[in-house]
Amino acid sequence: MESAILKVRNFNAFFGESHILKNINLDIDKNNVWAIMGPSGCGKTTFIRCINRMHELTPNATTSGSMQLNGEEVYEMNPVLLRRKVGMVFQRPNPFPTMSIYDNVIAGYILNGIKLSKQQKDEIVETSLKRAALWMEVRSTLHKKGTFLSGGQQQRLCIARALSMNPEMLLLDEATSALDPVSTSKIEELIHELKAEYTILMVTHNMQQAARVSDKTAFFYLGEIIEADNTKTIFTNPKHEKTQDYIRGHFG
Amino acid sequence: MRNNDLINAEDSRSDIERQIAHRNKKNKRFKGVVIGATIISTLPLLFILFYIFRQGISAINWHFLTNLPKPVGEAGGGVANALVGSILILLVSCIIAIPIGIVIGIYLSEESKSKLAYYCRLAVDVLQGIPSIVIGIIIYEWIVRPVGGFSAFSGSLALALMMLPSIVKSTEETLKLLPESLKEASLALGVPYYKTMMKIIVPTGLGGILTGVILSIARVIGETAPLLFTAFGSPFMTTDIFKPMSSLPLIIFNYATSPYEDWHQLAWGASMLLILMILILNIISKIVQRKWKVQF
Repeated sequence: MESAILKVRNFNAFFGESHILKNINLDIDKNNVWAIMGPSGCGKTTFIRCINRMHELTPNATTSGSMQLNGEEVYEMNPVLLRRKVGMVFQRPNPFPTMSIYDNVIAGYILNGIKLSKQQKDEIVETSLKRAALWMEVRSTLHKKGTFLSGGQQQRLCIARALSMNPEMLLLDEATSALDPVSTSKIEELIHELKAEYTILMVTHNMQQAARVSDKTAFFYLGEIIEADNTKTIFTNPKHEKTQDYIRGHFG
Repeated sequence: MRNNDLINAEDSRSDIERQIAHRNKKNKRFKGVVIGATIISTLPLLFILFYIFRQGISAINWHFLTNLPKPVGEAGGGVANALVGSILILLVSCIIAIPIGIVIGIYLSEESKSKLAYYCRLAVDVLQGIPSIVIGIIIYEWIVRPVGGFSAFSGSLALALMMLPSIVKSTEETLKLLPESLKEASLALGVPYYKTMMKIIVPTGLGGILTGVILSIARVIGETAPLLFTAFGSPFMTTDIFKPMSSLPLIIFNYATSPYEDWHQLAWGASMLLILMILILNIISKIVQRKWKVQF
């Protein structure tokens, strides 16, 4: 497993007294799309928020065990630097309401005080928006506010914003759950294309979505990984009874 | 006896119609009372404004705005020094109160559950309730006496203390309404916390914060009591904030309590000027609220 970009070993997460993630072990390979599945409250979102250490915003959050990004211990890195390497897209589109579309895309550079020439900026904006499949729709309105876009467009703008930093990994936290079917399918196509350059972890409630876009799937239940395997195997030949029940809709 | 307002199953059609008509009438009467009460309670306000404008309008002209006060007995004279003084004193108090108020507001909205926040909020509430004359005396004891003289700067300090609570409150309330996802979006891009606050959270809430600032200025622009002990007043044009300085409320106080008829006239003029300024500030705050409204 040389190509594993993220190695999780015996990882635990707690909020105060409650044990949210129990002994997680997972290897995420480069250029794979991983779907994280499981019933509500099983720790999916906590797991991906642990990867870029966003869970630390919650008071009393603690972790134990090891999580390595490209061999570097995540919990020994500076969270600010870590988050530049691990992009995140949230459940609800959250473009910066005071900024134009253009500024939203390069917000990561502006806010971090990275100096860019006008030409570099234009380039980053164009390539990021093209990668997020939004360029054709917004190229003539780049200086309008990002919040004037539709929900699906806003979400792709958020993806462009995350991509502009050239992250090694992209975390999608139920990124399509607030969107209509057309926007959802656009983003799913996008995930397919982005796979070539990025490693993607997506939390999803939607099993069809997991089956459609992911290469591998991890099934979480009550804070534990019950099963993690190729998506095909999980959906056609799950080894564990719980996984089977969940996929057949017995609970969830 | 049956209640006029109830409709029973056995009622005939005409009965029901009569009852509904009765209800409608009752609704209309109630609406009439509410509107009438609103008009009655607004009337005194309108009378005050009307009276001040009628008394003041004749005093206001270019001469009034650009000239210094004249000694007793000489005709004419204006409020130029008071106008400049008022603006200067307020400017300095804004420079003091706005940064402190916004910083406290940020703290209260971010760490709203901490112990310090609890006591800070309590202190701010108490500060809001302190009578302005007490603030004047405190500044007099703490600044004016030790320094050994009245100064516009001490007046600014007193007014800044009075502005602080509403700036803190409006900042806290505005920032609390912003969605958590906004902060997360910025932090997830690897933006440090302080930059997230200063470049995303505060600019997004700027409309609300500015509205609070403007309204707090409108609140203290007419404060007289704290200035009596601090800025004191001066018959001359001065821009040195470490010297006594005149201001509109002070000039109103001095002229209105004098025995001379033409000075009373000047006091009315200055009152109207003050009210115009407050009106303009209120209108600006409405415009800021509308124009800078952030859409999510």
